[in-house]
Amino acid sequence: MSIRALPLYATIAIFLLAYLICYIQFPAMLSTRVIGNLLTDNAYLGIVAVGMTIVIISGGIDLSVGSVIAFSGVFIAVVLRDTGIHPLVVFAMLLAITTAFGAAMGGMIYLLAMPPFIVTLAGMFLARGASYMLSIDSVPIADPLYQLMQRAYYVMPGRGRLTLLGMIMIMAVVVGMIVLHRTRFGTNVYALGGGEATARLMGVAVGRTTVAVYAFSGFMAGLSGIVFSVYTSAGYPLATVGVELSAIAAVVIGGTLLTGGSGYMFGTLIGVLTMGLIQTYIVFDGSLSSWWTKIVIGGLLLMFILLQKGLLRLRIHQ
Amino acid sequence: MLLSTRDLTKTFPGTRALDAVSFDLKAGEVHALLGENGAGKSTLIKCLTGAYRRDSGDILFEGQPIFPQSTLEAQAIGIGTVYQEVNLLPNLTVAENLTLGHQPRRLGMIRSRAMNAQADEMLSGYGIDIDVRRTLDQYSVAVQQIVAIARAVHLSGRVLILDEPTASLDAREVQMLFDVVRDLRARGLGIIFISHFLDQVFEISDRLTILRNGRHIATCPAAEVDRMQLITLMLGHELQQETATRARPVADGKDAIRFSGVGRRGRIAPFDLTVHKGEVIGMAGLLGSGRTESAEVLFGAAPSDSGTVEDSDGPVDLRNPRAAIAAGFAFAPEDRKTDGIIAELSVRENIILALQARRGWSRPIPQAEQIRMADDYIARLDIRTPDAEKPVGLLSGGNQQKVILARWLATNPRFLILDEPTRGIDVGAHAEILRLIEDVVAQGMSILVISSELDELVAVSHRVIVVRDRQHVSQLTGEDVTTDTIVRAIAAPDLTPEATT
Repeated sequence: MSIRALPLYATIAIFLLAYLICYIQFPAMLSTRVIGNLLTDNAYLGIVAVGMTIVIISGGIDLSVGSVIAFSGVFIAVVLRDTGIHPLVVFAMLLAITTAFGAAMGGMIYLLAMPPFIVTLAGMFLARGASYMLSIDSVPIADPLYQLMQRAYYVMPGRGRLTLLGMIMIMAVVVGMIVLHRTRFGTNVYALGGGEATARLMGVAVGRTTVAVYAFSGFMAGLSGIVFSVYTSAGYPLATVGVELSAIAAVVIGGTLLTGGSGYMFGTLIGVLTMGLIQTYIVFDGSLSSWWTKIVIGGLLLMFILLQKGLLRLRIHQ
Repeated sequence: MLLSTRDLTKTFPGTRALDAVSFDLKAGEVHALLGENGAGKSTLIKCLTGAYRRDSGDILFEGQPIFPQSTLEAQAIGIGTVYQEVNLLPNLTVAENLTLGHQPRRLGMIRSRAMNAQADEMLSGYGIDIDVRRTLDQYSVAVQQIVAIARAVHLSGRVLILDEPTASLDAREVQMLFDVVRDLRARGLGIIFISHFLDQVFEISDRLTILRNGRHIATCPAAEVDRMQLITLMLGHELQQETATRARPVADGKDAIRFSGVGRRGRIAPFDLTVHKGEVIGMAGLLGSGRTESAEVLFGAAPSDSGTVEDSDGPVDLRNPRAAIAAGFAFAPEDRKTDGIIAELSVRENIILALQARRGWSRPIPQAEQIRMADDYIARLDIRTPDAEKPVGLLSGGNQQKVILARWLATNPRFLILDEPTRGIDVGAHAEILRLIEDVVAQGMSILVISSELDELVAVSHRVIVVRDRQHVSQLTGEDVTTDTIVRAIAAPDLTPEATT
């Protein structure tokens, strides 16, 4: 299509190339089992990255999501431990809380004309603090529904398991794609990222869109928290520290411009899978330190930033 | 009448931006709005489009009074605007830009194909054939401009305001745009056209309205005025202004700064200039003629790409403003709000800024010295401020201008460039600044004054350089420095007596 889509193609190419390298070294990596695990293990990151993609395309950033995931886990665990409320009701309560939390941050960003970085940084501390208020220790979850959710999977050909968590992630991405690429709200998000003043002149309801963007991110963070609590069967206030940064990394590796206004939801999925793939490779290798994941991700990020700068220059020279 | 204003008045602190302006726009005409910077064109447009709220007066749309509170409301009433910087989103596709806010949907989802078809339809009749699915930034500014017009016409459809639409277009693109404008005129739209390119104004306009200092000066058919009359009306003065007589400065060439063949491609053609000690050089020309560009070359803000600069000690380095300041140059730019004062800093801090920069940050000026200097300049220039610690942003325009002057005087420059030093300040402060110029010149400083106010130039200058179409076209000296000769030189080169450059 256009050079705007180039980072997306680059992301896909890098993912396929990385997979090819993995396959040559460890042929076992090309199996539905590995793919199934890739989806399951990165489900919470993928879901939160969907929200982050929309935030970043709108020209913002949401640093609170890691803490919100931890809060979600602790909240669910504590409520399930101390009350007899059905888990599904707890989920609904939680999503309402995190969505409202995101909306409140969006409202502050718009009304006070504050940088999203500062507002969501405050949100990050708030949510982390709130999880400590609920519990200092890890709270195990032993609800029958949790066991059911953990065991729910579809067996793919090759005996790989497409788990419920993996499916929730895929669904989140699909919903994200529809919202971003097929609705007026999505176009408004791009408009906001392209230039807030211009967007306002063109009739975009900037305030409403900003609130909705952060509410969406809050919702996705809550959903990610649910998935993470199912994945770990516990709520722990120290969990998922720095996940917001991993999510930002996944979005950027997925080809979205950190300055906003340009990017694709599908790219984010590939970004998450690329990061997961690196981790899988290290597990397969067995001798490498897991910190190599960070080094490779750092290198990839740097590469994408350079690529985007290059494209920007290319576009100016056109 | 399609759109009229009656006694429209708008006041800002310190200035009356619009003073009882009455203006009429007919359907099916292109009406040019003319005036120098600060004449009130933008304010008038902003009142019409709801960006500003008027103090008093009426705006009538087809005879009905309207009160637009925002550009969106104005758009809904029927008044659309296209600005010089295209107000569309470069990262969206052409179709998205055209349909933003009213994309065709089914079940809440945008129907891309219908959207693109609608965009194609909106662009039909504009003579451009482009792929609406591509992002806007892949097209030239001219095409973007036409897309912006198409959107504005689609959404408002009655009045189209074009604010400097041709500023960044080349000749062919201007013709492309004008074809569109003529077509819209034929369709019965009322078009307000703002431009400082007089050729374009004459080419496209049916009628002209001239504003000056917030007042309506004249409205007439374009065919009934010539360039000369128009410039006279815009700059505003009586042709029988007497010649300013003043002693020639010491012109023995000893302390002169000689610029030869300096210029910058695309901004100002190479020119020669010799600045004598204790001389005031005026620079006249219409907006966009290359006045500010000349000043920027002289100060190294946009360094010259040709020629040499010398003084009695040899070559002068003007690669950047820092070097120019080190060489004893100073420049008070045109827009003091954005380029001059630092509104949050105090009067004292603003005054010592340039001197401190020249000394280098490793040698701070002692606090006591700063206070003494600030108090000294506040007294000398009669800056009206309760004390030296008040943020400059809270002072009136005239006093802000004096603070900038103080800043540069504190560095004791040998060559001071003042770009529109009296714009937007009241009459009293105006006279004081002129008196100040005479004072510092008497002490041996050389000054270049750029101004749209010819009376002012005639009053203070020993020589006047006239700039037109990014060239220094003539130089007037001694007896020839009159508002009359300046206007003639701006209008046409042939009429100029003794074109010496």
